[in-house]
Amino acid sequence: MIGIIGYGSYLPRYRIKVESIAKEWGSDPESIKRGLKLFEKTVPGLDEDTITIAVQASKYAVKRAGINPEEIGAVYIGSESHPYAVKPSGTVLIEALGIGNDVHVASYEFACKAGTEAMFVAYCLVKANEVKYALAIGADTSQGAPGDALEYSASAGGAAFIMGKENVVAEILFTNSFTSDTPDFWRREHEFYPRHAGRFTGEPAYFKHVVNAGKLLLEKSAMKPEDFDYAVFHMPNGKFPQMAAKKLGFTKEQIETGWIVPWMGNTYSGSSPTGLSAVLDVAKPGDKIFMVSFGSGAGSDGFVFKVTDKIVDVQDKAPKLRDMLDNNKIYLDYGEYAKFREKIILNE
Amino acid sequence: MKDVAVIGIGMTKFGELWNKSIKDIFVEAALKAIDNAGVGHIDSMYVGAMSGGLFVGQEHIGAVMADYLGMNPVPATRVESACASGGTAFRQAYFEVASGSSEIVLAGGVEKMNDGVDVTAALATAADQEYEVYNGITFPGLYAMIANAYMHQYNATREQLAAVAVKNHHNGFNNPNAQFRSEITIEQVLNSTLVADPLRLLDCSPVTDGGAAVILCPLELAKQFTDSPVKVISTAQASDTISLYERESLTSLKAVSDAAVKAYKQANLKPEDIDLAEVHDCFTIAEIVASEELGFFDKGCGASAVEEGKTSIEEGTIPINTSGGLKSKGHPVGATGIAQVIEIYEQLTGQAGKRQVKDARIGLTQNMGGSGASCVINILEAL
Amino acid sequence: MITPKYVREIPQRYRLEAAKCKNCSYISFPPRLVCPKCKSRSFDTIRLSDEGKILTFTIIRVSSDIFSHQTPYGVAVIETSEGAKLMAMIADTKIEDIAIGKKVKLIFRKIRDEGVSGIHCYGYKAVVI
Repeated sequence: MIGIIGYGSYLPRYRIKVESIAKEWGSDPESIKRGLKLFEKTVPGLDEDTITIAVQASKYAVKRAGINPEEIGAVYIGSESHPYAVKPSGTVLIEALGIGNDVHVASYEFACKAGTEAMFVAYCLVKANEVKYALAIGADTSQGAPGDALEYSASAGGAAFIMGKENVVAEILFTNSFTSDTPDFWRREHEFYPRHAGRFTGEPAYFKHVVNAGKLLLEKSAMKPEDFDYAVFHMPNGKFPQMAAKKLGFTKEQIETGWIVPWMGNTYSGSSPTGLSAVLDVAKPGDKIFMVSFGSGAGSDGFVFKVTDKIVDVQDKAPKLRDMLDNNKIYLDYGEYAKFREKIILNE
Repeated sequence: MKDVAVIGIGMTKFGELWNKSIKDIFVEAALKAIDNAGVGHIDSMYVGAMSGGLFVGQEHIGAVMADYLGMNPVPATRVESACASGGTAFRQAYFEVASGSSEIVLAGGVEKMNDGVDVTAALATAADQEYEVYNGITFPGLYAMIANAYMHQYNATREQLAAVAVKNHHNGFNNPNAQFRSEITIEQVLNSTLVADPLRLLDCSPVTDGGAAVILCPLELAKQFTDSPVKVISTAQASDTISLYERESLTSLKAVSDAAVKAYKQANLKPEDIDLAEVHDCFTIAEIVASEELGFFDKGCGASAVEEGKTSIEEGTIPINTSGGLKSKGHPVGATGIAQVIEIYEQLTGQAGKRQVKDARIGLTQNMGGSGASCVINILEAL
Repeated sequence: MITPKYVREIPQRYRLEAAKCKNCSYISFPPRLVCPKCKSRSFDTIRLSDEGKILTFTIIRVSSDIFSHQTPYGVAVIETSEGAKLMAMIADTKIEDIAIGKKVKLIFRKIRDEGVSGIHCYGYKAVVI
């Protein structure tokens, strides 16, 4: 059996409400809440970045897996906000976790699906008997340009998954991917904020890839939507995953548990991974989980998980996503948010 | 070892000396001391300077100052022990005279802090760079931590801390060389801007440019130069952990008590034999804790002692910082230890004017580096 | 450029490696070559736990330039559950919640940047729990 042996997620404590952003740009918060189903989002502290988020989530994953970190043979962090343009994020992580030097490390980038790509590769390395354990992380401190619609969604957080063969808590039954060259969202070298193609990000980008990947995964697994207890889709806003679920034949109830975006925002590479983490926090042995990510550019990765008996042994060993989402919040006003996100030009 | 005397003093006004370079400042103080002592030459010189490199980008301070003082080729040595550099330079000069290897030796100190650099960062190099400063601490912050621990342990009040600043400003009002010659009130201290809680702006010594110098010679030669030499009867130094966090007690300054024990033993004196003291009040809490470590007050009683006037010129049992201290006189770090000696010299020779402590015969200087990782104590006696 | 000296401190900054004296059990953080208590020169490398309490603290309102955009921030002397001591910035905590005796958890955070184009420097901070 191959699959997830430990998982962990992390969200910063800071939040900003849709109202606080809308006020600054003369927008109507009610129409954003209604149209996009977004209410508030996480904001990273000045001392947080993709690396610190990845480290914290990974520490929780190691705690749940109960393994010696030195036995992890590969570490891949997927993010579109790696702190360095050139220099791997994972090298910091291996030192912080005490993984040692006998390990493969790389940073992945594929807009919002870099995390699930890292999960796929980690799974394959274990399956190929190349490594005993592989650690995959999706984490981001994503940026939206001031005044852009993305500002209401771009948030911070991440989830980490350790793949292995023993004491699996969620077996990976099937995987797939659907990828094409679709420039719906991008950030050029040296640019601070990403750009997007407006409504083109919807039907020809998000929905085309998520729905096609989802259909192919259902075919590959020979399963029907009603065979699943939970479904998780990439969550650029509250509305898109609901619509994708409907198109594929999943119910609101199936996506409810992993649908954390209205209060978390879009954690980009961490989006569907944190959604999966929220599901694993409450899943019962035997539950089946359907997951499809989406990364602009564009592509979707699909996974079918089957939760094992071991899940109940690990759920309480580290903080749960919903607890981090609902508790200990510190709200920021837009000025503080602009400072935290380094949107203000400072003197050196 | 020979007995050693101080025979001349000189210092610049302390303050923001925008038009004077570090060389100008040191040479002015040194020339005053040479002229005051009436010596035609010096055999050697020591210069206390914490960080010429960071403040003005100049190292090799000993050679620079000997050159600009027109004293080449005398040996010139820069002494560094952070904010205790001056007091330590004095101690080195004392040894050179006491050993008999030189006769007329200048002990000076200088710092030019107002030259446009990040002073907070420069001063912080006196703490552990990798485990204290890396984690965001500043010097006011280190002493603020001592203050919080002290107030927590001994129930000392914010007002008691403020009383140190009020007293020292009162004394400095009568010191023509002081940076701040203004009386302040408890309320002004308590309403001043927070720097590092619980310390406020008026709890902190200022950023100062200044220089100070004294001339030492064997006691047996002193009468050739002056009718009123002052004898150095003790010099002692001690060290402690560089990091505040590694100390067993966060409300003590062990280097001060360690140096004090040695200093009193060498002079065969007890704390109550001291008539006045210049104590390193870089922050109000520092004077309180140091006054306890010097044996003037029991542990935990230093704060109330200030409030009760026990350290004032007018009614004190042990007047502290009659010069105005670092707080009001200013704190050009490398010069401070020498300026402390100058105040004691003026007091013991009856030249302190309105600051004069009656019948002052024995005075002590306590000069401290960092958050107390080094301390040097010098005791002087009128003859 | 502080890169070379930064790298030497990684075991301490990232994973709290300390030295426990084989003779008297005193824990030095960072590790030393000589035990400050008993002068022994033999140590075991240990990793400090992430739990501790505040022995004293301050709130920095005026910082050096490198931290100036983060003020006001707390800094505390922390005693870990093993009895080791260290100094750490306080993260994710309201200033009024910082007090002597409060329990903290040590977490991994970015501490500072080496200018706008230099390396990011990481380490431990403390969160009041």
